[in-house]
Amino acid sequence: MHYIGFDVGSTCTKAAVLDEQGSLVFSKVVPTGWNCIETAGSLLGDIEAQGIHKKEARIVATGYGRVSIPFAHKTVTEISCHGKGAAWLFKSDAFTVIDIGGQDTKIIEIKDDRVQNFIMNDKCSAGTGRFLDIMAGTLGVRLDELCELARQSQNHISISSMCTVFAESEVVSLIGRGTSKEDIAYGIVESIASKVWGQLGRLGINGGDCYLSGGLCELPFILEMLSEKIGAPVKSAPLARYAGAIGAALYAQNMK
Amino acid sequence: MEELKLPERFEEYSEGRKAGFLRMKAAKEGGRKVAGYFCTYTPLEVLDAAGLLSVSLCGMSSETIPAAETVLPKNLCPLIKSSYGFAITDKCPYTYWSDLIIGETTCDGKKKMYDLLAQRKKMYILQIPQGIDRTYSRKLWISEIRRFIDFISRETGVEITNETLRKAAERRNELRRARSELMELQRLSPVPISGQRLYKFMEGLNFNFDIEEAIASTRALTAEIRKAYEEAGNVKKEERRILITGCPIGGVLEKVVGAIERGGGAVVCYENCSGIKAARCFVDTEREDMAEAIADAYLNIGCSVMSPNTRRMENLPGLIREFGAEGVIDVILQTCTTYMIETRAVRKLCEGLNIPYMSLETDYSQEDAGQIDTRISAFIETLC
Repeated sequence: MHYIGFDVGSTCTKAAVLDEQGSLVFSKVVPTGWNCIETAGSLLGDIEAQGIHKKEARIVATGYGRVSIPFAHKTVTEISCHGKGAAWLFKSDAFTVIDIGGQDTKIIEIKDDRVQNFIMNDKCSAGTGRFLDIMAGTLGVRLDELCELARQSQNHISISSMCTVFAESEVVSLIGRGTSKEDIAYGIVESIASKVWGQLGRLGINGGDCYLSGGLCELPFILEMLSEKIGAPVKSAPLARYAGAIGAALYAQNMK
Repeated sequence: MEELKLPERFEEYSEGRKAGFLRMKAAKEGGRKVAGYFCTYTPLEVLDAAGLLSVSLCGMSSETIPAAETVLPKNLCPLIKSSYGFAITDKCPYTYWSDLIIGETTCDGKKKMYDLLAQRKKMYILQIPQGIDRTYSRKLWISEIRRFIDFISRETGVEITNETLRKAAERRNELRRARSELMELQRLSPVPISGQRLYKFMEGLNFNFDIEEAIASTRALTAEIRKAYEEAGNVKKEERRILITGCPIGGVLEKVVGAIERGGGAVVCYENCSGIKAARCFVDTEREDMAEAIADAYLNIGCSVMSPNTRRMENLPGLIREFGAEGVIDVILQTCTTYMIETRAVRKLCEGLNIPYMSLETDYSQEDAGQIDTRISAFIETLC
């Protein structure tokens, strides 16, 4: 028996497979694209190519597209899955998970392996991965390049608009005024970190271990900036972008 | 009597809306006058005593918001925008046929919207004191009720006496009792009536002009639900029991309560306006001065416009226990400052009671429906 977790996000779809012993035997990420059912289907094909058959597996889906995965035995929200997956990855039982996703940012407080409390931006793309994507596009760079530029900034500026659309015009006018790319990049990353800091405050979290999950965990400058804002080290792990998928696989393992 | 004219675009309306207009028209042709109101602070006994038909005008649909935004700021509570929008588009039969509209000084947004509405409709504004811990607040509110009685009396030509008020209060109390009994069914487990159905029924009562019929239909539903529950026997059901507090939720019912029910939860108690908090504010009909008795009952409603709003914080722990709530969801309509800020106090209260709490800020649009679904499902997962 294998336990498969699918995390169908707005930007990327992630799959993780645990074996009978609970070891991670497969993980893969692909862009979600416009048809998440097809995307998940092709990921399942990849898993089956490893000799893991869906008839001998239990499958749990999470992420915004969780309800449209026809072969899932169960759906669980990404909040619970990120919490469970992060507890597994970071081997801790009391901590805070920050997940900066494609269309929303979540802060999840975990205690004794359970979600105690969480907060999630619910309306627009302010402070999300999409915001960073669009801003990088406006500067004509990739996300990792944006972060490296930000690190080299000499004059720290801040982007005051939280709204992606308004922030874009703010960035365009900064470009027009001749502000350096490095400084603008810094302002962009800083604005994400400030937003996260505000959300932590609203949840009443101060102190304790913080971990970043999701796609941005591969960008060291994001971790540094978050740590600076929050005033405590924000840690991550190489597999942290699979936290949701691993959590879903763990839910599959616990299914009766 | 002047001829009653239907709105210009009446023929374009849906059948249901047309029927609403015609029903109201018939009532008015029968010589009745209609008073529209917005808030649970409106002392309906006064309207009843004058023989006025009273009807709630709270806007609960996003349909008229674009029209309202031609006048009102976009960044305003959806309930206020929707209500005003219905008034300027002639799409609500109740607003349209109201001979008089009763407003109140609850929140700033509503107050200023009433200023605009008064340019189109005959309005009366009740001045509600907001510091009920002051002894003179009670005095002010009593004189406000007396002024209202005089005004309604003059307006309708009907003399309102202590005795007609007492009679009206007895009928209203009976309806309050019937409503409370219906809501108290939710103390049972599994929950005997879906939260959406319960809320819609109670909302419907606000449009039923015949109090006797409203009492009878509420009692009939209570009996029907109780019977079905007993006949079903000892059924076990996995459901997480949720108490809803905060703003009026008629306009976000499907989005919020629908998400709770889809996510494996059940609403056991509505603490908000259409729910238990006002239904349990009975008027003491034994008192000598009925204006005072009515004033006291209504001033007891724990709304966030009061500062300090001690009543809400006093009521919540008891309601959580009484209905066996396992989680509290505080529903805030976008830009409702008073409820938004009060979420801190409610969260703290729930933490003290060791009850999981979540606040949700939303409006009448569908743009956040997916996120609301996820947040509510995740909240319910944490209760399992």
